[in-house]
Order: sequence, then C-alpha cells, then structure tokens
Amino acid sequence: MSRTVAALLRKELLVELRTLESVPAMSLFAVTTFVVFHFALNRSVVDGDLAAGILWVTLLFAAILGVNRLFVADADQGGFDAFLLAPVDRTAMLVAKVITLLAYLVVLELVAVPAFALLLLGPSIGDALPDLIGVLALGDLGVAVIGTLVAALAVRTRARDLLGPLLGLPLLVPIVIGGARATSPLLASVHPTAPAARWLLTLGLYDLVFGLIAYALFDFLLED
Amino acid sequence: MYGKGLRALSIATVAAMALALSLVFFYAPLDAEQGFLQKIFYLHVPLAIVALCGFVLGALLAIAHLRTRDPRWDMRSYVAIHMSLIFGVGALITGSIWAKGSWGHWWVWSEPTLVSFLIVFLLYATYQPLRFAIEDPERQARYASVFAITAGAFVPLNFMAVRLASAYVHPRVLGSTSNLPGPMALTFLVSLAAMALLYATLCKFELTAKHTRAQLRALRRRLLGEIPDTQARRPRSAAPTLQPGATVGTQAASRTAL
Repeated sequence: MSRTVAALLRKELLVELRTLESVPAMSLFAVTTFVVFHFALNRSVVDGDLAAGILWVTLLFAAILGVNRLFVADADQGGFDAFLLAPVDRTAMLVAKVITLLAYLVVLELVAVPAFALLLLGPSIGDALPDLIGVLALGDLGVAVIGTLVAALAVRTRARDLLGPLLGLPLLVPIVIGGARATSPLLASVHPTAPAARWLLTLGLYDLVFGLIAYALFDFLLED
Repeated sequence: MYGKGLRALSIATVAAMALALSLVFFYAPLDAEQGFLQKIFYLHVPLAIVALCGFVLGALLAIAHLRTRDPRWDMRSYVAIHMSLIFGVGALITGSIWAKGSWGHWWVWSEPTLVSFLIVFLLYATYQPLRFAIEDPERQARYASVFAITAGAFVPLNFMAVRLASAYVHPRVLGSTSNLPGPMALTFLVSLAAMALLYATLCKFELTAKHTRAQLRALRRRLLGEIPDTQARRPRSAAPTLQPGATVGTQAASRTAL
C-alpha cells in the first residue's frame, strides 16, 4: 500500500512539475483575487472578521481550481484504466490524490498568505503565524479530502467543470465556518488572541469524518 | 404488486391530514406572542423534519444499493431524495414566510436551523444535475449512491457546525416539544405524523408510477414483437428507469446482459 501510494504520488508530482498545470494557476488566481477584493471592498487594509473571510474565500476558490483539474488527466488519458489494471488497493489512489492536493494547497498558501499580508492585511502577521499555520493545516486537510472525493465524483460526468464546484462548495461550508472563525481573532488589529479550541475541534472532527466517508466510498467510484 | 396498499395508505394520509388541520385550527390555542401566525409552525417544522429524515433515508437506501447492486434500491433512494427536495422547497418557503411575519425579514441569518437547511438544500439541489450528467445507467446509479451517502452524512454534521457558529443561542421554540404546552405538543405530533404519511404516500405513488411505466413499456415491446433491448432509445434522464420486466427472477439476467 505505502509503496503504491509513493509511486502514485511520485507520478502526480512529476506530472505537475512538468506541465505546471494547477499550482501556478491557483497561486496567480489567489493573488489576483486579493486585488479584486481591494477594489470591490474599497479597502486598503483589512483585519479581524473581514481579513479572515477574504483569506478563506480566496483559498477556497483557488483550491476549487485545483480540484477541478485533479483527475482530468487520469480520466482523459487512461490513467484510471491503467490503475485498475494494476493489482493494487484502490484506496492507494485516494491517499495519493489527497496528499497531492494537500501539497498543492501548501504551495498555494506559501504564495497566497505572504501576498495577503503584503497587500491587504492591516496588523502584522508575525505573531499570528504559528497559530495560523495550524488552522490552515486543519482546513487544508478537509479541503483535500472533500476536494478529492468531489473531483472523483465529477470528473467522469459531462459537466465536470460545473459539478465540481457545485458539489464541493456546500460540503466545504463547515470548513469555512471553522477556518474563518478560528482565523478572525488571530488577525484582529487590537488584542489578537488565539483561536477558540472549539473551532479547531470542529475542523478536526470534520476532517476525520470526511476522511472515513471518502475511505469507505472511493472504491465505488473506480469500478469501470 | 407495487400498487398494493396504496389505497389504504392514501386514505390514512387524507384522514391524518384532515385531523391534523382541524387540530391546528380548532384545538391548538393561539400563541400568546405571535397569535395566528404561529400556526405555520405546524406546517413548517414537520415539512423540514420529514425532508431531513428523507435525505438520511435516501442515504440508507443508497447504502443498500451499493451493497446489493440491485437497481431497485437506487430507485428508492432517488425517490426518497426527490420527494425530500420537494418538501424542502416547502420548508424553505414556509420558513421564509414565518420569518417575515415574526421577525420582519424574509431571511434571517441568526436562525441556525434555517441556515443549515439552506446549505443542505443547496447540496441536494446538485443531485439531479449529477445524475443527468452521467449517461451510463449503471454508473449513474453508483455515483448517485456515493453522493447520497456523502450528503446524508453531511446533514447532521452541517447542523452541528452551523449551530456552533450562531453567535448567540436562539431561543429554541422550534423542534423540541418539551417546552410546548400540552395541546400544542399534541397538535404538533399529529401534524408530524400526517406529514410523514404524506411523504410515504407520495414516495409510494412515484415508485408505483415508475414500475407501471416500465411494465407497460415491456408489454408494448412484446406486443410489437421487438427484441427486448435494454439500452436502445433510452431517453437521457436524471431519474433511474427500471429495465423492462425487472422482477426478481430476471434481475440477475438483465444485469449480466449489461
């Protein structure tokens, strides 16, 4: 299992490194969205609730771009067929894709969070950074799991570009609730505080439950 | 065989509905604060509860489909979700009317139940587009079941997350019967039972209609002496259609034919 996952992961990252199809687009989209938010809200600096909201909405929509492309090569160029021919556990593909998407999201945030701090954020990000990384990591895990499940559901339908976001966004609403509420006190301009434990707990539980759901159901999406 | 019990169920539903409505209008006392407007509670809350239970029921039926691969479970899951969507529209509209009447706005974000219901409804609104976008009937059924199970698990999780997110705890007049006076609680429970019966009857009607149509098609084919092809001229549809003559005996045969 772990060798299969490693092989699949290597293939995914190699393909992404050679084609650069998803990650640069996601990062560029995030930075552009910050510019759009600046003009749409007519604000030069943001903090607190607004900052957390902008950050999470931007990351979410950028993640949707990656989710939409996640299985396209496998569906169009026979990756699924080749994988099904191999005598390996199908869960390996789920794990490999979740890790791939997680890696995309981490790279996205390495670009987007500094850009956000530079372009829009009022208070300095330095003190908030360790907590923010924790919140983002929990959120990313959920986005990666749900994104992979939704991408696998949508990719072999006729309207995959539409169905991915339509299926994914409602499922990701609890992640946005938990993520934004946990981030907002971190980015407050006066008396920034650590996030309330219940939001981290919500995020963690949601990740866990959807991890189990994806584990139970993913095999059924890979049968033909 | 599928119409069996339909008449009794229909009569029971009409009787329960009549009883519930007469209790609502002639027995239940007027609410001290909201007056006559509060009566919509006996319509709105049962609609919402039945719709949510129907979504979860759809998930359970989808589990049965994935375990047995019998397309009839997929059909039942589809019908359960389809009816719940219709009930959900009713719940959203009545909830909106109630909110306008008692709070003065058509929509209030401070009521977590209403907000969670909207999110769940938005998710399930993609069920039919998902089915419609997959042409192969077997894969359509399988993917729809995966969706139904995921979404069914999402229903309680989402309610918890949104409840947690509401800034203050709204006074819970909805849903719990414990703080209702006796006559109101009785009326509410009868309304809930009547609504559940209505849901069951409508589901049964839809299932019967689908089976009758499949049987009719099979008979017409046989009459015209056509080869009973399972795939030809099947109109693309979000709703599952049973293969002609899909009874227990021929089920395995038609599945291997696919």
